[in-house]
Amino acid sequence: MKILKPPLKREDVDALVAGDKVLITGVIYTGRDAAHKRLVDLLDSNKPLPFDVNGAVIFYVGPTPAPPGRPIGSAGPTTSYRMDAYAPRLMEKGLRAMIGKGPRDANVKDAMKKYGCVYLAATGGAGALVAETVKKAEVIAFDDLGPEAIRRLEVVDFPVIVINDTKGNDLYIENVKKYKKG
Amino acid sequence: MSDRIGREVEMRSIPFNTVKKKVKAAIMEAAFIAGDDLMASFKKALAEEESPLGKETLNQLIQNAEIAKDKRIPLCQDTGLAVFFVEIGDEVKIKGGLLFDALNEATREAYGDAYLRKSACNPLTRKNTGDNTPAIIHCDIVKGDKLKIVFCAKGGGSENMSRVTMLRPSDGRKGIEDFVVQRVWEAQANPCPPIIVGVGIGGTFERAAIIAKKALLDPIGKRNPDPELADMELSMLKKINDLGIGPAGLGGRITALDVKIIMQPCHIASLPLAVNINCHSSRHAEIDF
Repeated sequence: MKILKPPLKREDVDALVAGDKVLITGVIYTGRDAAHKRLVDLLDSNKPLPFDVNGAVIFYVGPTPAPPGRPIGSAGPTTSYRMDAYAPRLMEKGLRAMIGKGPRDANVKDAMKKYGCVYLAATGGAGALVAETVKKAEVIAFDDLGPEAIRRLEVVDFPVIVINDTKGNDLYIENVKKYKKG
Repeated sequence: MSDRIGREVEMRSIPFNTVKKKVKAAIMEAAFIAGDDLMASFKKALAEEESPLGKETLNQLIQNAEIAKDKRIPLCQDTGLAVFFVEIGDEVKIKGGLLFDALNEATREAYGDAYLRKSACNPLTRKNTGDNTPAIIHCDIVKGDKLKIVFCAKGGGSENMSRVTMLRPSDGRKGIEDFVVQRVWEAQANPCPPIIVGVGIGGTFERAAIIAKKALLDPIGKRNPDPELADMELSMLKKINDLGIGPAGLGGRITALDVKIIMQPCHIASLPLAVNINCHSSRHAEIDF
């Protein structure tokens, strides 16, 4: 088990290999479909982003509202391919890790190698389990997007697995091959 | 009301608020509590899974269900669009309001009061409707004085992996099985495997999709009463589990927990086929009045 403490440097992610199990402790940011569109719109118009992307970890999630007494509701990963159109733009700005589920396209995988970024999977549909590792959550941008607003999360021992590393390995492809019959 | 030969039939009256209250409670429970059939299928899958990562994922899903139930945190953050299948008897009348209004009000209140995620939005502007309405309602009128409402919280990730196609009649059983298995192969990890696969065969373009979704609502492991369809279900389940996708798509034996078919007659020129995929967080509830 490896440990990641964001913000991350290029060498932190270069040290990871597809298949590594990782625990994340520290600050990560949430963002999914609508938030990604807005982030890229800001980049297009040369405006500052609402948080420092350099070294950051983005978690593709739209949590359920926090009930009284809890920092967040259920908070599992959403499907990542919908962010494929936007992800390379954020990697250009120093994004070091993305957390989601499901395969990425060739452009995203190329950008990961080029800019030094890894793709990590959290267990899809285990939203209650993941929420237990979130200690604090605060909306920092795009409040009007509701579940899609950008949140700053403080997490402790958030469990993920490396799917795509910076060397071009892909855990989904390698592992499915091992169990495919015929 | 009078029947077709003019005799008076007494209508059974069910108060609007009774429908609303019971449906609201069922929506909330479905978000927090995994069904017995689902939990049993996780445990069976755990016993059969060969991949270490697959086993680990299944253990996480069991643990997730326990946390969700104990701490009342939704099983999944995607608490779905609210989908209802209604069978209303021809001798039933809802007193004090419209049935569809009761379902929408129950949805609005349940998603608000239980802190569930509101996932309904305008398709173009993407603006959230704010209360998870409108619900998707399918309603059949049946004989009698009963009302049956089945609620299903349908997540977007698995819905996105679903497809409708119009095969040629000559494609037959092989064409159907090939299309379904290929769809699951293309979906890979996206719909949160181990999945449940609903297959709608026949009807029309839209009917195939509706029966494919309806097929997802029967208990996991329950076979179609028609021997040929039961055989097709098991045949597709085996082929899907031979794909090697596994729990969470990390490689393994258990890609699907079940495959379920509903079939009905179609046009002589057509072979409509729909594949509706459900994630492992299969949340539904039946409310009988």
